[in-house]
Amino acid sequence: MKKNLFSNWYNSLLTIVFGALILWVLYVLVKYLIGVDTEIIRVNLKLYMAGRFPSEQLERLWGAIYVATATVAFFARATVRNAQMKATEAGLDFERSHWTDVVRRFWPIGALILFTLSFTGTFTPTLLTLVAAAIGLAAYWLGGMMPMWLIRRSWIILVAGLVGFYAVLVAFGGVGWDLWQGFFVNIVITVAGISLAFPLGLMLALGRRSTLPAVRVLSVTYIEFLRGVPMITLLLMGAFALGFLIPGDFQFSLFLRLLIAITLFQSAYIAEVVRGGLQSVPKGQIEAAQSVGLSPWKTMRLVVLPQALRNVIPAMVGQFISLFKDTTLVYIVGLLDLLRAVTISTAQPEFFAQGLEAVVLPFAALYFWVGSYVMSRESRRLEKKLGVGVR
Amino acid sequence: MALQILAVAVVVGAFLYLGNNLRNELIAKGLPTDFSFLSQPTGVTIADSNFDPGSPVWRALLAGIKNTFLLVIVGIPFLTILGTLIGVARLSTNWLVAKAAMVYVETLRNIPPLLIILFVFNAVILQLPPPRDPATPLDWFVISNLKIMGPWYDTSTGAGALLIIALIAVVAAVVVGIWRTRYSEQTGAHSHRVLWGLGVFAVIVLLGYFITGRPVSISLPVLDGRVITGGFGGLGAYFAVLIALVMYTASHVAEIVRGSIQAVPRGQTEAANAIALSGFQRLRYVILPQAFRIALPPIINQYLNFAKNTSLAIAIGFAEITLITFQAIGNGYPAPQLILLLMGAYLLFSLTISLLVNILNRRLQLVGN
Repeated sequence: MKKNLFSNWYNSLLTIVFGALILWVLYVLVKYLIGVDTEIIRVNLKLYMAGRFPSEQLERLWGAIYVATATVAFFARATVRNAQMKATEAGLDFERSHWTDVVRRFWPIGALILFTLSFTGTFTPTLLTLVAAAIGLAAYWLGGMMPMWLIRRSWIILVAGLVGFYAVLVAFGGVGWDLWQGFFVNIVITVAGISLAFPLGLMLALGRRSTLPAVRVLSVTYIEFLRGVPMITLLLMGAFALGFLIPGDFQFSLFLRLLIAITLFQSAYIAEVVRGGLQSVPKGQIEAAQSVGLSPWKTMRLVVLPQALRNVIPAMVGQFISLFKDTTLVYIVGLLDLLRAVTISTAQPEFFAQGLEAVVLPFAALYFWVGSYVMSRESRRLEKKLGVGVR
Repeated sequence: MALQILAVAVVVGAFLYLGNNLRNELIAKGLPTDFSFLSQPTGVTIADSNFDPGSPVWRALLAGIKNTFLLVIVGIPFLTILGTLIGVARLSTNWLVAKAAMVYVETLRNIPPLLIILFVFNAVILQLPPPRDPATPLDWFVISNLKIMGPWYDTSTGAGALLIIALIAVVAAVVVGIWRTRYSEQTGAHSHRVLWGLGVFAVIVLLGYFITGRPVSISLPVLDGRVITGGFGGLGAYFAVLIALVMYTASHVAEIVRGSIQAVPRGQTEAANAIALSGFQRLRYVILPQAFRIALPPIINQYLNFAKNTSLAIAIGFAEITLITFQAIGNGYPAPQLILLLMGAYLLFSLTISLLVNILNRRLQLVGN
């Protein structure tokens, strides 16, 4: 204690100054938290989470959440079993992570869900959340009976989950994506944006390393152009200019136009991330593949890409976080995301001009903070586990 | 070869097809297909400026670029200093300081910058006193939720002469610095060249100040009815963007600084300790020069991010280039061309900086081994 805080005079001075500063911040924070009136959050919670999603169809949204939970749990089990299988094949010990470990990694998300539920008026949402948790656990348990072929091709689970997710929301007179709003749309745009941008980014990265000059120049131009402009210019393009490129009266909805713009923008960044991965694969690997007579295509598919993509997982998570935060920019072009939802709630007659931005903006910030913080911790964990750069 | 021709053909074909669509749609909507609209009147008003809404579009865009630059130029020094301080603080041996810096970094960098801007604007700047009854701390500042003004300088006749004297003083200071360096190299005594240089500069400028008849004076902002005369400052929205983005970007810079310092091999610290350098000397002469080389490219990247993020000022109505473009589109000017110009402006800026960084990087590379 003394060594860390009061070893010499300037260290003591620093301790006292910072101690005073921290106490002052804590004082302001506590005073603020005691005085805060959360009425606006309780009234508008549905607006924040789901925007103007039709209330009589809300069960579809819960259904979609269940599908997503089940998919994630099922996929997680497949990943664990895949790793286990590979370790056994290689004759290594497989250390299965304990459930307390999983809790330690993801508790902020659980805490955030409980925090959100504390603002609900009825018991129904809590009950429905408990059902979601039960479905997740059941799916994880059921994943234990997954056949071998499915474990080896776990992407099938994700595709099936995606189809199910969309079907539950939209099929048979459901709610189209024009009404996907609130925090829900932030999550949808993040996941969809990265997933759609990945194939494009991969192609661009390969194009940039191509031996064909024309392909290389085209890829480099695309990547550097998009990396040189702010994302908001792409969103403005999507909102105001994309319509001019499509002939006649056929028009996309705002959501779709923004998703296209975001996908185009993210693909340039993903291309750079993947390029880093490609460069991390030692030259000897390619030479070895060639010497056993693999074609260039097979060298890429069987030798280079598996190693490159494994190495870029942490950086991809970083890109995911960055897009998650950037989804708030749709605020500017008028999509009703979480940020727009909280700001319009302060314009409602009963909450107007009472300085409630100081309440709802930190509330919204909490959601982005928890998501980004948990993911960045995961990214660091993966980095250590994969040993990127230290092998 | 066939593949290349195919790739080029596909891209050119797509461009021709989309370009043709664009042309047809613009004509169908009665909009110009070229850039001739740039000389027509904008109808854009810019808060707190004498900008005439009747002036041509290109003038409005230039005014927007000027405001963007005002954010970038003022922001970069602040975020560099704040980020470096916090980055070094994260490695402090003082537990309290290190933890406080960590909390700062982990909080700020995981929140969307747009949200921080909205928070600073709505919850801090707009809560300041109204323009009719502003706060005037020390009588040096005039602070309201509309504008924030601080002291600045005023010039009278003779200021030009003083400027020339100041330039001469700079030259003299450099010469003295070189002389001190040579002296130090010959005799081995400490050069104190910074002190000597500053001293020479201060003496010459002070003498010049009195000789030219004190042409520079402090100008304090004074609330004169509805307008503030004297002083210097900006709109509340300007400060909101500046404060929010400096705080946000500093958290990223802090992580880079910390990483770069940790990337300096441990042996360097041990060697510095072995020759009995003090903590400050170790940092100043051994660690920071090496960390600087590692940190420079990613920090410049953060400067670029900062510059691009200033476009978020559109959300609170500060008239930088993105907002001006947005308003021009709203006034019926064609969106595709305007957005292309907007992208071109940012691109030109980004590419120029990237080019400079590449040149700098090549010069900073270690020579040999």
